[in-house]
Amino acid sequence: MSLAKVREALAALVAASQEELPPEEAIESVTEETPEAAAPEGEQAEEAAAPPPPLVDTNHAKKGFHLDVTVAPDQVVQAAEILDGEKYTIEAVTGVDWIKEEQMEVVYDYCDTADFSRVVIRARIPRATPELPTISRVFPGADWHERETHDFFGITFVGHPDLSPLLLPEDADYHPLLKDFTA
Amino acid sequence: MSVFAESQTQETFVVNLGPQHPATHGVLRVKLTMDGEYIDRAEPILGYIHRMHEKNAEVGTWAQFMPNTGRMDYLHALAYNFGYSIAVERAAGIEVPERAEYIRVITCELNRISSHLLWFGAFVLDLGGFTPLLYAFDDREQLLDLLETVTGSRLTYCYYRFGGLYNDIDENFVDGSRAFIKRLRSRMPMYHNLVTKNIILMKRLIDIGPISAEMCRKYGATGPVLRGSGINFDVRKNEPYSVYPELDFDVPVYSECDCMARYMVRMDEIDQSMRIIEQALDKLPDGPIKPEKVPKLIKPPKGDYYAAVEAARGTFSIRLVSDGTNKPYRLKLRSPTFSNLSLYEEASKGMLLADALALMGSLDLVIPEIDR
Repeated sequence: MSLAKVREALAALVAASQEELPPEEAIESVTEETPEAAAPEGEQAEEAAAPPPPLVDTNHAKKGFHLDVTVAPDQVVQAAEILDGEKYTIEAVTGVDWIKEEQMEVVYDYCDTADFSRVVIRARIPRATPELPTISRVFPGADWHERETHDFFGITFVGHPDLSPLLLPEDADYHPLLKDFTA
Repeated sequence: MSVFAESQTQETFVVNLGPQHPATHGVLRVKLTMDGEYIDRAEPILGYIHRMHEKNAEVGTWAQFMPNTGRMDYLHALAYNFGYSIAVERAAGIEVPERAEYIRVITCELNRISSHLLWFGAFVLDLGGFTPLLYAFDDREQLLDLLETVTGSRLTYCYYRFGGLYNDIDENFVDGSRAFIKRLRSRMPMYHNLVTKNIILMKRLIDIGPISAEMCRKYGATGPVLRGSGINFDVRKNEPYSVYPELDFDVPVYSECDCMARYMVRMDEIDQSMRIIEQALDKLPDGPIKPEKVPKLIKPPKGDYYAAVEAARGTFSIRLVSDGTNKPYRLKLRSPTFSNLSLYEEASKGMLLADALALMGSLDLVIPEIDR
């Protein structure tokens, strides 16, 4: 029930971001694929290349979650508010370093404990300037998860109350989960 | 006017609880800003035994990470073995034979009982009662001996393999498990008479340390903390894995939200685990404990996968990102007490220090699992 509502709201959110950013998306798919890619081929290219479709209904038995949504970095707070409104709980926030694509991915895992479902929200940010807004005002539990992600990846959560190292030593200036990290 | 009365200002002072303090059960430091006996702010400071398991995972092969999973929550290591096995099996599409699934459930639940028994002893010790710890350790010892015979280790198990188990159980283990359950059944009323109905314990726990359902949701608290706040959520029921759907058990839920509710959830879970083990032993099928063919080098298809299990402290989940090679590209470990402890600062505000320690004990912290 709530999964259907969340899906609808997130689909609207994703659609809004795509209206705002069509040129960039188009340029990306064209530069990575053949230049004469037509509209239907462009869709295929999107599947094969790095950016996956923004909203995917996943098979829970195979993947372990029900809904996989990619949003723009400045929309993570809106996405968190949508999920908060449907009484989802925050399970984890983490990052993935896609060094070949010069990008970092921030992954938010949400879970509905009343009417069980799992929703994944992702956002891709440039690796050189890894910044996106904090959701710790919506979910105070995200505070530590974001601090941990900052420790490990150096991702800055704008507006976070305290990004000092949580698990790493207090004077740590390195980010061990970066793929180019050497001890 | 006495010196004390004169100094009744808004002055606060800082006390360090830990990193070496018996009540923190490991190396956790809590920076307490105290207003007299009352807590103004309690800030947990983590990372004293951080070992960067997630980076370790990226360095070795998929199978090489298995021993690490037993070294996070050293009290319920088999649940972590379980979670990692399920995650990789899901990613690589490995089938598990039924006998292996049953043995996994039996050993995992035995381990849950041993974890809860240790928590029980240590929690009452925190509250000032020494004797129950000795009784609980006496029972737990039997379990460790039992699990040692099949897993080869007493604490940091590495018993499960992708698709099955390292070792089959024998008649001695089955008989030993039944004998243990018989013994613990006869001991549980004693625990309840000795401890649960003790008036001092009741006064220390009832209405102390309230954690509302809404706070649990906002912080992502799980396990007995969540179920002690009236939310009926157990991964074994709500997102069934392995052969749990074929076994009949209840999920204890208490809606009082206090330390006593969390205490009762865990005590009832011991009973339910015993029910699960008995049924699983009755239903235990014959057959292989490993699939016929498991590739030596596992290469799950590209993509990311998620798997959650119910550990003694709550939902333990793993997020895997595979790039199609024989090493994990990224492995995220989501440990339950990390989330449970994160609400401590808000929950302990304004509490008496002694009550705040009862609250901390009721969260059932295991520090290596928080720090990972």
